[in-house]
Amino acid sequence: MEPFTVHTGLVATMDRANVDTDQIIPKQFLKRIERTGFGQFLFFDWRFKDDGSDNPEFELNQPAVKGATVLVARRNFGSGSSREHAVWALSDYGFRAVLAPSFADIFYSNCFKNGLLPIPLSESVIEKIFTRQKSTPGYKLTVDLEKRLVSDSLGLCESFTIEPSRQYNLLHGLDDIGLTLKNEDKITAYEKAHGIA
Amino acid sequence: MFQKIWDKHVVFSEPGKPTILYIDLQLVHEVTSAQAFEGLRLAGRKVRRPERTIATPDHNVPTTDRSLPIADQISRQQVDTLRKNCEEFGIRLYDLHDPHQGIVHIIGPELGYTQPGMTIVCGDSHTATHGAFGSLAFGIGTSEVEHVLATQTLLQFKPKTMELRVDGNLAHGVTAKDLILYLIGKLTTAGGTGYVLEYTGEVVRRLSMEERMTVCNMSIEAGARAGMIAPDETTIDYLRGRPFSPQNFDEAAAQWRLLPSDAGATYDVVKTFRGEDIQPQVTWGTNPGQVISIGDKIPNPTDFSDPTEQKSTAQALEYMGLRSGTLLSDVELQRVFIGSCTNARIEDLRAAAKVVKGYRVNNKVHAMVVPGSGLVKRQAEKEGLDAIFKEAGFEWREAGCSMCLAMNPDRLEPGERCASTSNRNFEGRQGKGGRTHLVSPAMAAAAALTGRFTDIRHWNYKA
Repeated sequence: MEPFTVHTGLVATMDRANVDTDQIIPKQFLKRIERTGFGQFLFFDWRFKDDGSDNPEFELNQPAVKGATVLVARRNFGSGSSREHAVWALSDYGFRAVLAPSFADIFYSNCFKNGLLPIPLSESVIEKIFTRQKSTPGYKLTVDLEKRLVSDSLGLCESFTIEPSRQYNLLHGLDDIGLTLKNEDKITAYEKAHGIA
Repeated sequence: MFQKIWDKHVVFSEPGKPTILYIDLQLVHEVTSAQAFEGLRLAGRKVRRPERTIATPDHNVPTTDRSLPIADQISRQQVDTLRKNCEEFGIRLYDLHDPHQGIVHIIGPELGYTQPGMTIVCGDSHTATHGAFGSLAFGIGTSEVEHVLATQTLLQFKPKTMELRVDGNLAHGVTAKDLILYLIGKLTTAGGTGYVLEYTGEVVRRLSMEERMTVCNMSIEAGARAGMIAPDETTIDYLRGRPFSPQNFDEAAAQWRLLPSDAGATYDVVKTFRGEDIQPQVTWGTNPGQVISIGDKIPNPTDFSDPTEQKSTAQALEYMGLRSGTLLSDVELQRVFIGSCTNARIEDLRAAAKVVKGYRVNNKVHAMVVPGSGLVKRQAEKEGLDAIFKEAGFEWREAGCSMCLAMNPDRLEPGERCASTSNRNFEGRQGKGGRTHLVSPAMAAAAALTGRFTDIRHWNYKA
């Protein structure tokens, strides 16, 4: 997994709550058996019109946010299905961080397996970012994972919370399975103690 | 109860780090597993405990004639990939033509794999279904599927607990589906985030196992990863004699009786409800928390004080093509879907058939019944339920997830309105532009016959 340290990127906003994983990656694209190539289908039903052309009203199709790497949305982002394809699609599209007042549980945990950083911030901070993004052409945010800070060039500087072990693993790009297998002796001991032959 | 199960499965824990939790059973289906098996192959890892994983194709399978190959080439490849992976890694597969094939959350319990006190995971958010047996069961992502295959454990931060106690009685015509939709409406779709829900109270105690599964199934729709109901004699009676129930059954049952929370056990949050307050529920919006009672009017954005809620309501009304103030009974529909891991067990089909008997499907409605498993289908046919549905004009299909998420050819056309017994009314869930209203099997059946939402409490049964 690609480590995440400090990232500065163009901000795209989606003024929607409860953005669910069915929207992030509609089911017709879950049939692939690879982990890659999902970015082209991100938000497919919102992003494209029936004839396949770009929907000019959709947030991410605005010329000003082309190339955005930081996504900001409203509460309960990533609700619904456990499909990790949602994270693969956001990541493959180019996003490195998602900021929202709250995240759905499985989505949140899936992000960390793929180097995408979900950042919970208060409703008022998210509102402030929405306002600034709207009034500042080319608005960028910097995310510093080590310091747990989100900042912009206009003086915004907000800290965010993250479990220390998740922070450490993401900073170093560590693979969970490899880490768990370091404790293989403990798993074997557990199995022995519980009669699992 | 949660604490007891959690403690028993801790392999290793240290402060500030997630616990390594032992997983007793993993269920696998075709959509979220291919990349996990591929990950194992790339890293040269094996499945640690192949006997603790079972697999079945369900999300993507056709529900029409199974003697034909799957028409959609990519779907076929996914189902074939599952078969190859199970062969390579030695995992038991209930394949497309197996009489036990079905929705993964339906076959686990009916075969007796799901048992009280277990930790159970699956790469599917509706894994909470299995919590109905007093197990800790939750949905995981594909990377975690791979983690469990490789290590038979999962890294977990300990969730908080919330008791949802429902006392009193449910009125005639009010079902487990109405109960859970009502609770989600009260909690909202994010109200359970970070919690394991435990459903308790007189109403919950009186539910059958199948009804308890319907309740636990939708825990995720309130944001909770898991929902649980303590095991009791109903649970034990259900499991007795199932193919994979424990050999030493009485001994196991004695252990299961020790699982319920002790008197004085505490929860981080407790919420109480009255069964009498619950009426048949219908969702009007684009998430399961946007739900009202059958007699209510479609809400107005200005009914909410929170600006985010106002905006969501307006967006949902626009997508759903509904006007504030409309009565649900005035809303016409074109499609009815009876199926899914929420409501496709035999009791669900019996409830729907009882409503249907002696009636015809409304001529503006296309209605289908998709049993949850091969076993449910055969049982229904033995009882003559298929004949009741077919004579009324319903389609009678093979088992699978079908139009719950429309990955297979069963789907809504843009603008079509559907009464569905499934679990999600998200935009486009049942087909792009499709409009889903979640209801109980009896309410779905009645809607198919009348062509509009109909209060089942006043139904004239001809059976």
